[in-house]
Amino acid sequence: MAEVIWGLATSHVPSIGAAMDHGTTGDPYWKPLFDGYQPAREWMAEHTPDMAIVVYNDHANGVDLDVVPTFAIGTAESYQVADEGFGRRPVPEVRGAPELSLHLVEQLVDEGFDLTVFQALDVDHGLTVPLSVFCPEPGEAWPCAVVPLLVNVIQYPQPTAARCYALGQAIGRAVRSYPDDVKVAVFGTGGMSHQLAGARAGFINPAFDAMYLEAIQTDPQKLAALSREEYVRLAGSEGIELIMWLVMRGAMDDEITRVHEAYHVPASNTAAALALFDNRAAQRA
Amino acid sequence: MGVVTESRFDLPGTYVFDGQTSRRGYRMNKMFMTLRDAGARARFLADEPAYCREFGLTPDQQQAVADRDWQAMLDLGGSIFYVYKLAMMDGKSMQYLGGVFTGMTEEEFVAALRAGGRTDG
Repeated sequence: MAEVIWGLATSHVPSIGAAMDHGTTGDPYWKPLFDGYQPAREWMAEHTPDMAIVVYNDHANGVDLDVVPTFAIGTAESYQVADEGFGRRPVPEVRGAPELSLHLVEQLVDEGFDLTVFQALDVDHGLTVPLSVFCPEPGEAWPCAVVPLLVNVIQYPQPTAARCYALGQAIGRAVRSYPDDVKVAVFGTGGMSHQLAGARAGFINPAFDAMYLEAIQTDPQKLAALSREEYVRLAGSEGIELIMWLVMRGAMDDEITRVHEAYHVPASNTAAALALFDNRAAQRA
Repeated sequence: MGVVTESRFDLPGTYVFDGQTSRRGYRMNKMFMTLRDAGARARFLADEPAYCREFGLTPDQQQAVADRDWQAMLDLGGSIFYVYKLAMMDGKSMQYLGGVFTGMTEEEFVAALRAGGRTDG
């Protein structure tokens, strides 16, 4: 049977990818963030999953405003890296996990999550930057196959935080019912607090971020109970991306172990964070 | 007369990109999306007004694009992720736009973020 072995919460700011692509991670601006990643990267390299479910949002690259799926999933054999207007990131094409994708679609639709299905999709920085956070030097191929899971966080009304958490719980059940013996990682991406537009642009809320980083492990129900308005007010208009962390959290066990966390301001206009959780430590204990 | 649904909450200094906004900005955002492509950028730069008309932008939206009035583009239904495609084409960063929206230079905006962000919002 398949199992979720770990969950990673991570920002997906495009400039984090650009810093890796351009070899500037040692610059004074970026070094604190990438130093913060290092222990998590080492741990993940020793616990390589077979497949990863990456919960993210597109930013006007693979999807436009013709169709705004609240939740969507990719079922393709592979996903091209999107050209966002400055050329494709120099990272490998993303290998899909179509059998797991189709299993998830069946299980989730039966549970009442009527996902939109992408049979073709270009994946943007929302997905590839978290993969680079996990694996900075993939070489010719990423170390695992990927199921892209998209959440609309751009156009109101976004799904509620509670619905995201419930979707994650259903994903956890679906993974556990997958017959193949595969190890699955779940990525919850985006955040932390940031706001790109309006007179409040540049807003950062370190107190809220600190609360969120703690509660995502210990009290996700509290985060699931926050309204859209509270997310936008407390984390900024783009900080609502944090609801995607709850999908990851829902897919994990009630008891999880924190492997590592890092928090740094700024990555461009954003408070950037990473939090890595082991889903199996409690079983081993 | 139809009922106009406003965004469900209103926060000072904050855009809530809701369905009505998205309808208003649909054609303009559609045009911005095309600017990911080098061929489209060349056609846009060759004759910006014609390119805008081709996508059916309103006169106000055409003017905002012509003036690179980033604030007006958002007020006329632009989504920041789409407006950013035009900014990128112009070689402008998201920090530059942040400065425009907050009355700062790009350098001041970057410095504010490096000092921990605007935490008093």
